[in-house]
Amino acid sequence: MSAFEYAPAPESRSIVKLQPSYGLFINGEFVDGAGSFKTISPASEEVLAEIAEASTADVDRAVKAARRAYTDVWGVMPGRERAKYLFRIARLIAERSRELAVLESLNNGKPIKESRDVDVPLAAAHFFYYAGWADKLPYAGFGADPRPLGVAGQVIPWNFPLLMLAWKIAPALAAGNTVVLKPAETTPLTALLFAEICQQAELPPGVVNIVTGAGETGAAVVNHPDVDKVAFTGSTEVGRIIARAVAGTNKKVTLELGGKAANIVFDDAAIDQAVEGIVTGIFFNQGHVCCAGSRLLVQESVADQLLESLKRRMATLRVGDPLDKNTDVGAINSAEQLSRIKALAEIGSAEGAERWSPACELPDRGFWFAPTIFTGVSQAHRIAREEIFGPVLSVLTFRTPGEAVEKANNTPYGLSAGVWSEKGSRILAIADQLRAGVVWANTFNKFDPASPFGGYKESGYGREGGRHGLEAYLAG
Amino acid sequence: MTATISPLSEVTRSDAALRTFLHGLPGVDRVGADARAAGLGTRSIKTTAKAWAIDLAIRMVDLTTLEGADTPGKVRALCAKARQPDPGDPSCPPVAAICVYPSMVPTAHEALRGSGIHLASVATAFPSGQAPLKVKLDDTRAAVAAGADEIDMVISRGAFLSGRYLEVFEEIVAIKEACGSAHLKVILETGELVTYDNVRRASWLAMLAGGDFIKTSTGKVAPAATLPVTLIMLEAVRDFLDTTGRKVGVKPAGGIRTTKDAIKYLVMVNEIAGDGWLDPDWFRFGASTLLNDLLMQRTKLATGHYSGPDYFTLD
Repeated sequence: MSAFEYAPAPESRSIVKLQPSYGLFINGEFVDGAGSFKTISPASEEVLAEIAEASTADVDRAVKAARRAYTDVWGVMPGRERAKYLFRIARLIAERSRELAVLESLNNGKPIKESRDVDVPLAAAHFFYYAGWADKLPYAGFGADPRPLGVAGQVIPWNFPLLMLAWKIAPALAAGNTVVLKPAETTPLTALLFAEICQQAELPPGVVNIVTGAGETGAAVVNHPDVDKVAFTGSTEVGRIIARAVAGTNKKVTLELGGKAANIVFDDAAIDQAVEGIVTGIFFNQGHVCCAGSRLLVQESVADQLLESLKRRMATLRVGDPLDKNTDVGAINSAEQLSRIKALAEIGSAEGAERWSPACELPDRGFWFAPTIFTGVSQAHRIAREEIFGPVLSVLTFRTPGEAVEKANNTPYGLSAGVWSEKGSRILAIADQLRAGVVWANTFNKFDPASPFGGYKESGYGREGGRHGLEAYLAG
Repeated sequence: MTATISPLSEVTRSDAALRTFLHGLPGVDRVGADARAAGLGTRSIKTTAKAWAIDLAIRMVDLTTLEGADTPGKVRALCAKARQPDPGDPSCPPVAAICVYPSMVPTAHEALRGSGIHLASVATAFPSGQAPLKVKLDDTRAAVAAGADEIDMVISRGAFLSGRYLEVFEEIVAIKEACGSAHLKVILETGELVTYDNVRRASWLAMLAGGDFIKTSTGKVAPAATLPVTLIMLEAVRDFLDTTGRKVGVKPAGGIRTTKDAIKYLVMVNEIAGDGWLDPDWFRFGASTLLNDLLMQRTKLATGHYSGPDYFTLD
């Protein structure tokens, strides 16, 4: 117990006006769905609202609305006019950022400092960025007169609900497509607040449609015959199902799937900053990050020193109420995810890796998992191969740069990687050999709308973000 | 605490050995260090935690006047303020120390008698340090003889920047000896060292030479204390304790003017070095205007009212 006890500093919930129930957002209006389900706060298990569940027929209505909007309004609107709407949406996200941040933390369980400083500002930045492209598409490098594809069906995960929505909707709209988006079952609320923002921006009806629901709703979006483009972010398992479902159709697909990123620390790294990067890499957003640095590869000669520093640093992580401004690690998003993390952690112990967590008091209600590291992990362990998607780090060691690269690449995934060294030439040489979509040097989990993002191998295909992100929504 | 610097005594045997050691310390990535400092700056310290932090910050202030225009009258006034920062509230603690030029030490010594407040004197041709060693030693001895129990020395930045590490080391050792029982604070003048790698090396150099405190700045060079520079120094004292068993204090000085800033520093002390440093024996603020802002915030927190600067004494 420190002498300096930080008093609770909760962000007020009063800015969020929760409604008892939410409908589907189709053709610019909120309408009833076939069924309904409850959405909760994972930090307290408190029911926040009743959410409409979209049936196949509801999804059909949404796709029809999107098609009409595409044919009559959005697809034929000059890019400079579309841009105005996107800029307006971006400004509204920025203006309502506190409301969005509080709602995101409530429904997702992530710390308010992350939703406030990362998720929401980046979501606004994506709309600002792609708004700028809307009237410059002929100069994007995809042909002299690139055309939109039509209706995009988009299915997004629960780890960054609003940010993933922005990654999907902003480029689609900028390119002239209309969308039907299904938010994750456990985190629909910010997408529904975004629907309100679309109304506020007077976006033409049908350009954005939000259909809430679980896997079946998602399948209905993906399988709808009038959808021209499918974009999915989520697990590799579901990604495979989607790839099979669209095989043989004319639909274009982008998949952004799982990862098991290596964060490689060389003995000449700036150790204190590397420790920060490791912490950011795996404990940011409770490790619910597809590009999380979940495998630490540390050079044997500095492994002991580094692990000691890492443990000391982990002991200062504040786990608890997501709405407290001093919280570093929030709640696990769902009971289902928590049990998966627990199961894999058990396997890690059973396989002989050494488990360590700092002393930390977890709340009684809600879904919680203490920040955890496993040392003595080898490539043969399941916790070194499978994506845990939680605050669990597997630590492996290496002796030479060649061994580091081999181990880093020895995974079915290839979404991201990190390299830590004070030697520039080494960073460039290693980055060149890593088969990962993003390689961070002396930093981790840094995102920018201008930078493309996407995976190798089972981490998916297609790129989101930047100029590259437009390609998925354009026909040359 | 009896364990001394013996594990590292070899590294100061020659200029080459010292250079090898200092350049073998892990590097500092500026972007990462700045980001870490900024991240800690977002901690939200409220209510009871804020009240606790403000009182601690007051107890950590080295109330400073280092002007050519300083007079015995000015210094006596400052000493009165140090004893009783808020005359309207006897629960307000006194500050840690008064910090003055050597010529003002006799006056301050007299004015602080019996208060338990430390008396720090800058020495060694402060602020530039550009004087022969003999002059610096005399400067130090005179201040100690006149009653200073803490000496704030400056390192020879010229020697450090030209790579003459052993010369800097030996100078600090000599001054430490001249201090006798007085505590030695070693001012690195980080604004002139510029890089964080240099700050880390100079911190270790000063600690190896026996400094009791490492201090950021004279206050005469911009930038003076910054959060990232203090972060590097806090990491250094933490690692030095781990390596040698000897604990060294840290004093950021110059440019810390608001309660908000002071609390950011305390959060950093807590989370980087650990709460063992949350004590006036191990952490100080070199400041003058900071004190009144602390007093205003203290009153605001206690009464709910924010009174103007005229309700607090100038010195």
